[in-house]
Amino acid sequence: MESIHQLKRADFIFRNENDWEKILGNALKRKNQDIIKELISSELKGRGGAGFPTGLKWKFASEAEADEKFIICNADEGEPGTFKDREILTKVPYKVLTAMAVCANIIGAKKGFIYLRGEYKFLKEELNKAIDEFHYYCNEINFDFTIKIFMGSGAYVCGEETALFESMEGKRGEPRNKPPFPTIKGYMGKPTVINNVETLAHVFTILKYGAKKFYDLGVQYSRGTKLFSVSGDTPKPGIYELELGMSLQDFVYEFGDGDTKAVQVGGASGFLVPRKNFKDAAIGFKGKLTGISLPTGGSMMLFNSSRSMFNVLDNYLKFFREESCGQCTPCRVGCQQLQMGIKAVKRGEKPSSYLTKLLRLAETMQLAAKCGLGQSVANSFSSIVDNFHEEMIY
Amino acid sequence: MSKKVNLIINGLPVEVQHGTTILDAAKELGITIPTLCFHKDLCVAGNCRVCVVEVAGQRRLSAACATPCDEGMEILTNSLKVRSSRKHIIELLLSEHNADCTKCYRNGNCELQEISSEYKIMTQDFIELVPFKHYSIDAYSPSIMKDDSKCIRCQRCVRTCSELQGVNALTVAHKGDKMKITTFFEKSMRDVVCTNCGQCVNHCPTGALVEKNYIEDVWDAIANPKKHVVVQTAPAVRVGLGEELGFPPGSRVTGKLVAALKRLGFDSVLDTDFSADLTIVEEGTELLTRLKKALVDKDDTVKLPMATSCSPGWIKYIEHMYPEYLGHLSTCKSPQQMFGALVKTYYAKARNLDPADIVSVSIMPCTAKKFEAWRPEMHDSGYRDVDYVLTTRELAILIKQAGLDFDKLEEARYDRLMGDSTGAGVIFGATGGVMEAALRTAYEIVTGREVPFKNLDIMPVRGMEGIREAVIKIENPVKEWAFLDGVELKCAVAHGLVNAKKVMDAVKSGKADYHFIEFMACPGGCLGGGGQPIPTNPEIRQKRMNAIYAEDKSMKVRKSHENPEIIKLYKDFLKEPLGEKSHQLLHTKYTKRDRF
Repeated sequence: MESIHQLKRADFIFRNENDWEKILGNALKRKNQDIIKELISSELKGRGGAGFPTGLKWKFASEAEADEKFIICNADEGEPGTFKDREILTKVPYKVLTAMAVCANIIGAKKGFIYLRGEYKFLKEELNKAIDEFHYYCNEINFDFTIKIFMGSGAYVCGEETALFESMEGKRGEPRNKPPFPTIKGYMGKPTVINNVETLAHVFTILKYGAKKFYDLGVQYSRGTKLFSVSGDTPKPGIYELELGMSLQDFVYEFGDGDTKAVQVGGASGFLVPRKNFKDAAIGFKGKLTGISLPTGGSMMLFNSSRSMFNVLDNYLKFFREESCGQCTPCRVGCQQLQMGIKAVKRGEKPSSYLTKLLRLAETMQLAAKCGLGQSVANSFSSIVDNFHEEMIY
Repeated sequence: MSKKVNLIINGLPVEVQHGTTILDAAKELGITIPTLCFHKDLCVAGNCRVCVVEVAGQRRLSAACATPCDEGMEILTNSLKVRSSRKHIIELLLSEHNADCTKCYRNGNCELQEISSEYKIMTQDFIELVPFKHYSIDAYSPSIMKDDSKCIRCQRCVRTCSELQGVNALTVAHKGDKMKITTFFEKSMRDVVCTNCGQCVNHCPTGALVEKNYIEDVWDAIANPKKHVVVQTAPAVRVGLGEELGFPPGSRVTGKLVAALKRLGFDSVLDTDFSADLTIVEEGTELLTRLKKALVDKDDTVKLPMATSCSPGWIKYIEHMYPEYLGHLSTCKSPQQMFGALVKTYYAKARNLDPADIVSVSIMPCTAKKFEAWRPEMHDSGYRDVDYVLTTRELAILIKQAGLDFDKLEEARYDRLMGDSTGAGVIFGATGGVMEAALRTAYEIVTGREVPFKNLDIMPVRGMEGIREAVIKIENPVKEWAFLDGVELKCAVAHGLVNAKKVMDAVKSGKADYHFIEFMACPGGCLGGGGQPIPTNPEIRQKRMNAIYAEDKSMKVRKSHENPEIIKLYKDFLKEPLGEKSHQLLHTKYTKRDRF
């Protein structure tokens, strides 16, 4: 993947636009096919982390036949190190609501939901005000669409789309078998588009400025901008909108504290990149080292030389061990084995060669776990154990 | 939907119906893919991941049980990638499982044991997790024991309890490493809304859920020279027991069963079919009496429809879920309990025995019968009417321990006094059987003629359909029952508690105007009971059912009221149906129970 070799800041998401009524009104007048085509040509990919082309998702749902369909905004933002969706819903909620309405119009949904992370309860009141205002306008233009907030209860796995549906249906938040995919059978068994908060905000940008403007940002396969939640050993933690495609080197140059040892890209379910690979790693969808895995988008955690990578990994594994839904074997038992395994090696109860066995186990989890959670544990596990083998043992 | 798809599995082309899973498509080619969480009776879960296969073009493996075939798919079920993942998964399950197989009740009939034997898991490299968790065994229920250290979290029991039974006594709690199968507020199985039906036991792949066994107690009784040990065998046992002893499903082993029990040392081997016939006479009379009160006396306190009361799982279910309908239950005890009450009265007197010295054992296809025998009201003989209840599986263990070569046993006959039975008694073992037996008798009482069905086979009430209905019109009744002339007797049959719920809800909403309903807690009736041999599935149950009806056909007497020992019982002891003695010994009352 080409890299643009320097950091390009952008300001679309949080730019306060005061014309959402006009954008919505115009979009509702356009042909559905036009908007879908525009989204596809923009190459906008899901910003939750999985990177599925948004235009295609809408297209599939619009083609599915059913008496009822839904649009759901995934605001479960549970990935350790991400906090961008919270900011979007606080500062520019109308962008998300507008995009949801446009999607609803295209696929033929009358109801939309925002699945709000349990810990974000404090956002609910303000967000409801925004929704009320939005409903008022929809009513005025005779557009039949309502949005409701559904509160999550704090389980990380409920950010996985099918577990999210189960949770909304009042069941245990356990991922379903796929296929069928949500655009065919989603919430209540009906065709459902489920998009990340940020994805919907980008849809607003595309509706306002056109696909070309979006496409011209970023690099091949990774078009547009992306919000990054920067945390860890950095002098300037926060949320930054950057064009995709930058090299990690440039990122660290901007955000590092001069002593950056490694960067975890994509939260606990993402990859750890050691200093020696900064130059070769680029942030985008194609290529291994990206926010490609579920369910993050843009968590960037910087670690300096004072950090023990063993502790970092142990912390992630503890997280997965608790947050696995527990239904499938590779994830439920695998997470326990990985965490207890690295501890046993550290304590000298297992030989260092046991790490090789654990790496193979992580590979099995990636191949055979039921959902993205279990499948992506191997990302952080393998990248940390491979790159900091010594720290795991001594 | 007759769309077909073509795919290739392990290099072999196969054409299957659209929607077929990879698992079933492979089966058509004679390729078995191992499974654990999959069960033919249940919805697909896809959570154990043992059945993963490689689909060309996909980086990740797919669960064969949960993935439908697509046109042009190329699948490998035994590639290196598959094998190594599968082996890992089995190792993981074993690391979480209390694999002390020699001390396990399911040793020798355990799906996890089987699969780890196939994959030759000889060492345990992973850390054993069992010692880190604080497991205790729930042995408080008289019917079912639950040992979480053996649970592999396949959720088959949870799906069984919800999909087949609609009870939801078992459910999943917590997440991650703490995820477990448990009950409401993690109470004992004894203290929750559990019907003791044992379907969870029948569907558990390991020893996490087993029946509470009374094997040693029965051996002790047999060995005690002061005790006279009487045994009764339920109808469905004779078509199930063979499966535990090397016979194919659907084998009728009645004669060998009797012979084996005699060889085991029981003093008297008698038949629950006898008391099934007795139940029909009592219950049939009860039904006709209720109809008379309702139609002639215009007594509006009479509860109709009348519901059968043979299935103890169903009884506990209605006590919990529809206590306002307890008056609709027939007051007749189940055949097991009628038998128990008679053994320590009628039988003791006839054999000149002190009832205190009698140990009454029953062999049942059922775990709920253990609870039933344990009920405080089941002491009408002055003693505990039934002392020990063994399942079909426990009896097989007894036979194996005694070293009997079951196949070579010469067929024997039940002992006298309470060992005679009819075809009507036998069919109690199948769903619809009680209904059919009752109709054969009641119709004849009312009209003086046999039921108007060829060979007495009342086909409309037979079968595996979850809910079945039948209407029988009564024409030209005898003088005493003249008021029933032209009445259409409306009957329904439901098996599996999830179907019982549907019928009860219909009754509750006033949509159903039945007179008589047969309820059986287990799918297929007693032949699919929670105490029957494992495994169970629709095919096996169908074979057992065929055997039940073949047994019925082979009997000389096929109507309960013509059972000579029943006639003798009324003449010598009970005097008349619903008489004073009957009320004292053969009828019972029910208890309202909470829903939590």
